[in-house]
Amino acid sequence: MNALLIENLQKTYKNGHVALKGISLTVKKGDFFALLGPNGAGKSTTIGIICSLVNKTSGKVFVFDTDIDVDFQTAKSRIGLVPQEFNFSVFEPVEEILINQAGFYGINRTEARKRAEYYLKKLELWDKRRTIPKELSGGMKRRLMIARALVHEPELLILDEPTAGVDIELRRTMWQFLRDINQQGVTIILTTHYLEEAEMLCKKIAIIDEGNIIEDTTMKNLLNKLNKETFVLTVEGSLEHLPATGDYTLRCVDESTLEAEIIKGQSLNALFDILSSQNIKVLSMRNKTNRLEELYVNLITNSSNKSSVLT
Amino acid sequence: MAIKNVVALKTIVIKEVLRFSRIWVQTILPPAITMTLYFVIFGKLIGSQISKMDGFEYIEYIVPGLILMSVITNSYANVVSSFFSAKFQGHIEEMLVSPTPGYIILLGFITGGLCRGLAVGSVVMLVSFFFVDFRVHSVLVTIFVLLLTSILFSLAGFINAIYAKSFDDISIVPSFVLTPLIYLGGVFYSVNMLSEFWQAVSLANPILYMVNAFRFGLLGVSDIDLTLALSMVFAFTVALFGFCLYLLNKGVGIRA
Repeated sequence: MNALLIENLQKTYKNGHVALKGISLTVKKGDFFALLGPNGAGKSTTIGIICSLVNKTSGKVFVFDTDIDVDFQTAKSRIGLVPQEFNFSVFEPVEEILINQAGFYGINRTEARKRAEYYLKKLELWDKRRTIPKELSGGMKRRLMIARALVHEPELLILDEPTAGVDIELRRTMWQFLRDINQQGVTIILTTHYLEEAEMLCKKIAIIDEGNIIEDTTMKNLLNKLNKETFVLTVEGSLEHLPATGDYTLRCVDESTLEAEIIKGQSLNALFDILSSQNIKVLSMRNKTNRLEELYVNLITNSSNKSSVLT
Repeated sequence: MAIKNVVALKTIVIKEVLRFSRIWVQTILPPAITMTLYFVIFGKLIGSQISKMDGFEYIEYIVPGLILMSVITNSYANVVSSFFSAKFQGHIEEMLVSPTPGYIILLGFITGGLCRGLAVGSVVMLVSFFFVDFRVHSVLVTIFVLLLTSILFSLAGFINAIYAKSFDDISIVPSFVLTPLIYLGGVFYSVNMLSEFWQAVSLANPILYMVNAFRFGLLGVSDIDLTLALSMVFAFTVALFGFCLYLLNKGVGIRA
């Protein structure tokens, strides 16, 4: 079953800006799906249309096989949204925000209170239940947005840059939380600018650029497209000259750091053997950039070049 | 789905009532003070120098208009400020992403406006008992006009909030349209005192019908035929409700 099916979705804003040029997308039930793209690519417009915050120009959107043009109420009852910007009422304490949100989904106050308590405890906000949002830290506000989106227990959770501006420790806690709810059966669509986050969490990925989907595949397939990877090697002692390594391309960053480009088909073991034969001992190794990041930049650059040729 | 809609409506109403109750010093107290001043200055001090109007002391004559004035301004202010703030702070999205239908959202905000309008109206009525001793002529007409007027101006506030893009936009209409209409709507005088020309002009003011219908409810006197007055108020209310619902469902001012 599809959690989300988008067919030929187009959006032209009143000022004439064409945000979506007929995108189609399928997200299967249970997926952890990444929707990536640069700023202004059309990610938030797509999410806005799915959640009824933006009017579409044309195209079709189905949420769990329900056409939003036919029965938007049923479709909306199955979606939870974590928006990009904080959008709380300044007057309402944390607990009340959750109770009210549940109420908008038709959940009575007794049940809403129980759910608010559960999610606030789960996201470590229970102690702050009487606090108003402006007195919360950035990380707490992000967690509150997630709790608010979950209080009606949606089957499809859409997160628009949920970890923007969040410190790494909290980000990791949130990743684990999202993994857990995905394993419990909640389909998740995530947009993020942290590509390692998408690589770590998502099984499927779509990349949108200038209103077009330029890639829609599994994370594994996408990463297989990577032709070369750059590794940073830290070596013991000081290098006097760049070692001779045959087909391998090496660059010297400083006297004890090398950058090695490994083309698809080349072996890292063979490189280590060559270095070892020259008495160069590798102490540590890491990717220069995230693998997905390298691919992403290539895809976006190619897409931009194509469109600039066309125009 | 119907039960869920009732729960959603209840949620919006509780949210709205809590909103203005939390800041009662800004929402309930000021109108009570202002109206007390009106009663003292226009009613007691100046009013004592004015002859009877339609058989009533001047202070008695202006009580219905003053109560209705506070209901109108507070119903309007509640909805315009609440809905615009929800738009401005972005938390209107909490409702928009939910399955709550447009008419429930509209009814919720109107009920919020109604509650504040009636709360302030009740306080002003209580204050008026310190200055005048009157009996309600028709409870039914009084309540009916009070409710319709409050709903009508809640709807007007909603339209203002839908189109408003800044906080200036939500103060322009009350200052430049609502206040003149109220003051020229027969709150402080009988339109029969005006020349024929200005009487005819006054008939274009919807507030004139409400003030007179309410005055009939409280005192039993009116410059306008009661059936005409009630029909006008009812027609305005139905028309504005339809227009608000159209704007909301279309997403004017709230959806890109």
